[in-house]
Amino acid sequence: MANPLFRKHILSIPDFSREELELIVDTAARLKASPRDDLLQGRLIASCFFEPSTRTRLSFETAIQRLGGRVIGFDNASNTSTKKGETLSDSIRIISSYADAIVMRHHKEGAARLASEFSEVPVINGGDGANQHPSQTLLDLFTIRETQGTLEGLSLAFVGDLKYGRTVHSLAQALSLFGCRFYFVGPEALAMPDYICEMLAERGVSYTLAETIEEVIPEVDVLYMTRVQKERFDEADYQKIQGRFVLREDMLKGARDNMKILHPLPRVDEIETAVDASPHAYYFEQAKNGVFARQALLSLVLNETV
Amino acid sequence: MTITRTVEGLKNGTVIDHIPAGQGLRILRLFKLAELGERVNVGFNLSSRHMGAKDLIKVENVELTEAQANELALFAPKATVNVIRDSEVVKKHKLAMPATIEGIFACPNSNCISHVEPVDSFFYVSEQTNDIKLKCKYCEKGFSKDIVTAVE
Ligand SMILES: [Zn+2]
Repeated sequence: MANPLFRKHILSIPDFSREELELIVDTAARLKASPRDDLLQGRLIASCFFEPSTRTRLSFETAIQRLGGRVIGFDNASNTSTKKGETLSDSIRIISSYADAIVMRHHKEGAARLASEFSEVPVINGGDGANQHPSQTLLDLFTIRETQGTLEGLSLAFVGDLKYGRTVHSLAQALSLFGCRFYFVGPEALAMPDYICEMLAERGVSYTLAETIEEVIPEVDVLYMTRVQKERFDEADYQKIQGRFVLREDMLKGARDNMKILHPLPRVDEIETAVDASPHAYYFEQAKNGVFARQALLSLVLNETV
Repeated sequence: MTITRTVEGLKNGTVIDHIPAGQGLRILRLFKLAELGERVNVGFNLSSRHMGAKDLIKVENVELTEAQANELALFAPKATVNVIRDSEVVKKHKLAMPATIEGIFACPNSNCISHVEPVDSFFYVSEQTNDIKLKCKYCEKGFSKDIVTAVE
């Protein structure tokens, strides 16, 4: 029987069941433990970055080539027909006749779902505006499972910009299927949006709003840090919160042994560099896992069984 | 059961009655009722025993379907939609909230792809305790009904 993601589009985390998320995480773990170079043999993948993103593009293209696939595509829209006014739907109709799957990033929200309606081949969303970036969420899930041995019943704190950070929204959506509990730590102006809190309440997931990083550190298995961008505040307001959501090495004393610190990177100053040497720091390993999570997605979408 | 009550001035078509005063013009525009090439009679701010004031729309020779009638439920949940044939009411639509609403309202999110591509807008409708929420299929943003229906 074909795996449930075979020939499916990968657009948005809420589209996935718990079992499908587990399948992706398991596959990523297997590909990390025993690399394969044949799963995309003879396959041609279109890597279409209508909006540039060097890190995401390199990670996807590495994943494709490591699995034995080949890549066509573009890394920004400036020389493409989009620039001349072609609609995304027309571009996708053409590209989908060339390739076996399309990896795409676009600055407009909903672009990947729209593309999936015009594509003959699976579309993998590499980010659509402020909406979704499922491969980031999947690499986060994979990293959490790798460090904790399970996704079930964990305690996690999300720190920083919870309002605009799409990575924390998607991760909360995914982990709400696994009976996790959450602590939200951030400035009031950047609080978790209502729709996420409503979704958690609907699913009976408990969450706590906390004032400081220190108070949640002893309580959690995962500390997920994000950056508070200065541009979101006026100067006076920024002064008030500046430094409050920065992780320092001395805060980690009361942490559980298994506690790991994650961050979607790039980090600026919200994690002191002294933390990097701590056994709790895991954000660089997390970044490496991106290639395995993307390998898992591509393999499952393009092979009946992996 | 035969319904014999006749509707003044309408032989065949649809009567939308009990529209909250002020919504009639929007319904006319959003559902493009005036663009069908048929005669349309409208009454604004008519007196109503139950509603104080109401709007009323009669469209000749057009029979609204169940699905079309349900789309009205978003802004005129208490409206009545009667289909007339030979001056008799042959169908009284009971308005139920539709599960989806397509091609009527634009997405309030200005960065939504649906604005710049050849697709109809598409919202999933969910009823909540004190509100009706519409969620855009494309950008996945959820909006209160009042925000979506206010977009021109
Ligand atoms: Zn939208």
